[in-house]
This record gives sequence, C-alpha cells and structure tokens, in this order.
Amino acid sequence: MNASLRILARPWRLIGWLCVVAGLVATYVRFTQGLGASTNLSDDFPWGLWVGFDVVCGVGLAAGGFTISAIVYIFRFEKYRPIAKPAVLAAFVGYLMVVGGLLFDLGHPWRLWHPLVMWNHHSVMFEVSWCVTLYTIVLTLEVSSLVFERLKWLRALRRVHRAILPLTLAAVLLSMLHQSSLGSLFLLVPGRLHALWYSPILPLQFFISAMAVGCAMTIVESNLSSRAFGRSVEADVLSGVAKIAAALLGVYLVLRVGDLIVRGVITELWPLNHASLFFLAEIFLGTIIPMVLFSMHRIRRNTKWLYHSGQLAVVGFVVARLNVSITGFEVAAGKTYVPTWMEFAVTAMLVTIGIKVFYLAAKHLPVFEDDADAAARSRRWRAETDRQDGAPACAPGAARDGSLDQRGKASDEKLLPI
Amino acid sequence: MNAILFDVNECVGCKACVYACAKENELPDTDLEILSEHRFTALEEINEDEEWYLRRMCMHCVEPSCASACPVGALKKTPLGPVVYDFDKCIGCRYCMVACPFNVPRYEWDSMTPRVRKCQMCHERVAAGKSTACAEACPTGATKSGERSALIAEAWRRIDSNPDSYARHVYGEKEAGGTCVLIIGPQEVIDVLNPNVPNTPLPHRTWFVLSQIPAAVAVVGAGLVGVNWIIQRRMKLASNTKTSTCEHTKGGKP
Ligand code: SF4
Ligand code: SF4
Repeated sequence: MNASLRILARPWRLIGWLCVVAGLVATYVRFTQGLGASTNLSDDFPWGLWVGFDVVCGVGLAAGGFTISAIVYIFRFEKYRPIAKPAVLAAFVGYLMVVGGLLFDLGHPWRLWHPLVMWNHHSVMFEVSWCVTLYTIVLTLEVSSLVFERLKWLRALRRVHRAILPLTLAAVLLSMLHQSSLGSLFLLVPGRLHALWYSPILPLQFFISAMAVGCAMTIVESNLSSRAFGRSVEADVLSGVAKIAAALLGVYLVLRVGDLIVRGVITELWPLNHASLFFLAEIFLGTIIPMVLFSMHRIRRNTKWLYHSGQLAVVGFVVARLNVSITGFEVAAGKTYVPTWMEFAVTAMLVTIGIKVFYLAAKHLPVFEDDADAAARSRRWRAETDRQDGAPACAPGAARDGSLDQRGKASDEKLLPI
Repeated sequence: MNAILFDVNECVGCKACVYACAKENELPDTDLEILSEHRFTALEEINEDEEWYLRRMCMHCVEPSCASACPVGALKKTPLGPVVYDFDKCIGCRYCMVACPFNVPRYEWDSMTPRVRKCQMCHERVAAGKSTACAEACPTGATKSGERSALIAEAWRRIDSNPDSYARHVYGEKEAGGTCVLIIGPQEVIDVLNPNVPNTPLPHRTWFVLSQIPAAVAVVGAGLVGVNWIIQRRMKLASNTKTSTCEHTKGGKP
C-alpha cells in the first residue's frame, strides 16, 4: 500500500515543482516589469485573480481555524479537539499565503504596513487590513504553542495554554469582522456589480459561507494529511464537522436565495446566459449538492465520499467568490477578463508552497493526536453507528457529560432529520 | 465648495480644455479621446442627429467613494471641493478604482512605482482663488469654474431660458449624493452619462456596516464569554469527581 501511495504522490510532486518554477518566472516578471506586463489587469478591471482568489477566496478557505477552535475552546465540544490544532495550523498557513498574494497584487508591496499607521476608519479595506494583521498575530501565538510543545519549553507552553480562551475569543471576533468585511468591500459598488451578486447582506453571506467552507476545508485537509502521513482519518469527528457544514450551508442557501427573491432579481436567471449559468454553478456545486451530501448519513460514514463532498464544497465556494469578484463585474461592464498564465502561475505557486509548509509543519510539530487513539475512537464510532443504524450517531456534544449531551442531540435532530 | 459646470450646448469641440489640462499637469502627448493615465479629461464625441462633445473627468463627488474606500486616506476630499491624491501614502491596492461609480481613476500599469491618476481640479489654483486651467482655457464658456451653489443656479437658469435644447436635469446635482462637476445639455447626451449611479452617497452603505462594529463586537464577545462560562460551569458540576489537568492538551477522550 505504501508503495502505491508513493507512486501516486509522484505526479503531484512533479506538478508542484512545475508550479513553483513557473511561479518564479512570473514573480521575476512581476517585480521587474510591473503589473501591466505580468497581468491582464486594466483600468476597466483593476482587480483580478490575485485579489479574487488569493485574498477573497484564501481568507474564506482559512476560516476553518476560527470555526473549529470556537467549537472546541468556547463551546467545548470536546469531540472536535483532535482537529483543532490542524485547523489552526492550516489557517495560519492560509493567512501567510494571503499576505503573500497581497505582496504580488499591491502596486507598492513594501508599503504593506501603511494602513497600520495611516488611518481611514471609513474604509472597509482599512478595517480588513487591521483585522487580518491582528488575526495573523493571534494565529502565530496559537501555533507557537506547537513549537513550544515540540521544544519542551513547558513554561512558555503553559502560558499559551492559559491564554487559549482569550486568544480564541479574539480569533472569533476578528474573523467575524474581516470575513464579513470582505463582503462589505463590495457594498460600495452597486452600479458595477451585477444584481445577482450585489446584495446589501453580502457581509452576512460572506461570514456564513466562510464558516461552512472552513468546515469543508477541515474535512479535505484531514483526509489529505491522513494520506500523507499514512494515519487513519478521524471519521467520527469529520462526520460531525460535515453535519455542522450542512447546517451552515442550509442557512446560507436560505440567505442567498431569499435575498434574491426579496430584492426581486431572481427573474434575472431566466433567459439562461453567462451570468445565470455561473450563478447556477455556484449555488449547485457550492451549496445545494454539498449540503445534501453532508446531511446524508451514508455519505458521512464513508470517508472517501465525505472527502469528495468536501472537495466539491470547496470548489463551489471558489466559484462563488470568483463570481462576486470577477464574473459579477464582467457581466455588469460587458467586458471580459482572463488572467494571464503568470497570474495563474503565481497563484499555483503560492498554493503549492502553502501545502508544502503545512506538510512540513505537520510532520515536525505535534499537530495530530496519537494515531492509536484516533484509530480506537474511529472503531468505537463505527461500531456504535452500526448498532444505532441510521440515527444521528455522534452528535456534537456526545462526548460531553450529562445534560449537555442531551442538548447536543436534541438540537442536532431538529436540524437534520435523517 | 468649488465646482465646474460643463454645458454641452456651448462646447465646440476645440479641446482647449484637454490641452490646458495636459500642460497644467505636465502630461505627455497621447491619444486625446479617452481617459487614461496620461489624460485627466477627454472629449467624447457623440453623434446622434447632431454632433456633440461630452467632457469626461473626475466628478469630484461631495462624498467620494474613492476617498472612503482608500485604506490609507491617500485620496481626500478637500473643503474647497477638489478630491486630491497623495502618492506618498498610496499602497496601490486599487480599491479606489473599483469603488468609483463613474469609473474614473486610472493606473500606471507599466510602472514599477505606479500612481493612481485622475483630475485633482487644479487644487493649488483653486486654493489661490483662481479658476481651473480648463475653465480658463475654454473660449466659449462651456466649462466654467466657480462656487457650486452659484453654478447650480446658473445651470437651471440656462435650462429654463432654453428648455428646447436642454434636458431638465443637472447631472451631478444629485448623482452619488451630489458632485462638484455639473453637466447640462440635450437629453441625448445626458442619457450617455451613467444612469446607474444612485442619488444617495455610496459611502453611506459601507459606513452603515462599519459603524455597527463596536456594538457587534461587544454583543458577540459578551455572548461568547457568557456561553463559555455557563458550559464550563456545567461541565465542572457534571464531572465533580474528575480532576482536570491542562485543558488544552487533555485530548478528546471522554
Ligand atoms: S468621480 Fe470617482 S474618482 Fe472622482 S471623486 Fe467621485 S469617486 Fe472619486
Ligand atoms: S490604490 Fe492608492 S489611492 Fe487607491 S485606494 Fe488604494 S491606497 Fe488608496
């Protein structure tokens, strides 16, 4: 089995190297000849792939960090503890990539710090830069505990552990602010963004969809690391995460479609065109299908299918965010924007580096719980669900004691009657 | 507040304003017909049954989206009217370009130290009490510079005294909450101007959300702390017998 895995890994390694080499060439062009030579950005299309994907998608995809740590450290659903550290690490790497993407996109990357000293509190972008900076610091502190644990610096470790609750609180508040503010960025452009995407509740939609995709990313990332490290997947935990994701996607679907109906723009879908096709792709791939899959007991029980459902949710989310930041502008302006190969190459390079950094960190730091523990817990869970057959097996909170157990199950059944 | 009035019916298309602007701002030679990094104003030819010229330029909104968008305050509305740009602050995020409802700011895409480029209403001249370079150069009075309220009154006077050749619309009086560039002319030309700009200032939309932040942080923060406190307490009561070690590393086993 190990041998076949290594063969599987090889083409990916080659693709990874190609991405990095192409990315380096593009980096050279970007930093010697400027944005005009390296991108297809123009006065009509000032924001493209680097903002649309590296920042607007990247920040959302890293939302698993605060979502899972809130579930574990604030709401104390102990069951999810094993995935808290990987989720925080993934978020940390994700935010480093976002900052990396920004360095490419800004006309003056060396002035990245300007918003910290030159204030304009009327600007959403100003608020986003502050929150992202502070949250990256919080993530660094959280991740530092892994380093301390590894180095056995017990005093420092204890100090971080004592601060875990305030840190998580800060993480949740900062994330709430900037995840939603990414949507607020677009509130300023009612005339330039197509009505299918411009909505007064964009901030709320961005926040909810970020939490949902954060859960989906956690599922994907757990599966990938279990393959990379040849350890078993936390099937029981991920099944719970999928349930949470399904609920969040449900809320998002209501907000998204309800908003279109209330604003009376759902009619825009009718004669199928560029805009409506992209909208349908986003809503089916990213919301409806993953929601249905995540809420099916049979899918959640099957590690492989759960993984693929997670991938689908992630892809759909990317489509949705690119629709807001690119398609919606294209349709409204009647112009098209296709990124250059260099824009793609830089993005691919950043993603590759991100995956590699995560892999190295996960390999050398105590990120995952002992495999024996995980395997045992997984076996227990499977036996249990087989017995109960069909009933929601591991409701969030099932691992907690007494009355809380009750509450967890009750609310869960209400959400997902399967 | 200083403003510019442009009257399509008076414009003969001589482009004196465009040349004067280029000279004043030391812009290089280039195509004159469209706004670009080298042109802060351009004359657009409009051929319906007659030939008209429409001046394109920054509208100098009373509450400018670009200035509210800029994270570092590089763009600012001055009390005298002009919306000015401070290159030394600009980080090049280009949110101003995305935010402008009139699609005005241009960017030096091929530069390694790119600037945002747009009309700054000759802010130094205006501060010295002079009219803008374009208004001074205009031979027919199609472009006039002066106090905003006086120019609005004058615009309506022109419309009322010649209702057949003017649309009953001073473009910029209400658009985007009011702008410091006002345009009047025949309906055909006014129709060419962006009709999608709402009459309320756009920055109100983002400010509405931003101003909720302190309250949201307080409420959600307090809520989370409260919920956490209750849960901790109930967990402690439920497991009186168990002694908890380090919370963070306890592991997920019941
Ligand atoms: S027209 Fe555009 S660039 Fe000019 S002040 Fe208004 S928002 Fe700013
Ligand atoms: S590009 Fe410069 S002027 Fe425009 S919003 Fe960004 S920092 Fe401000």
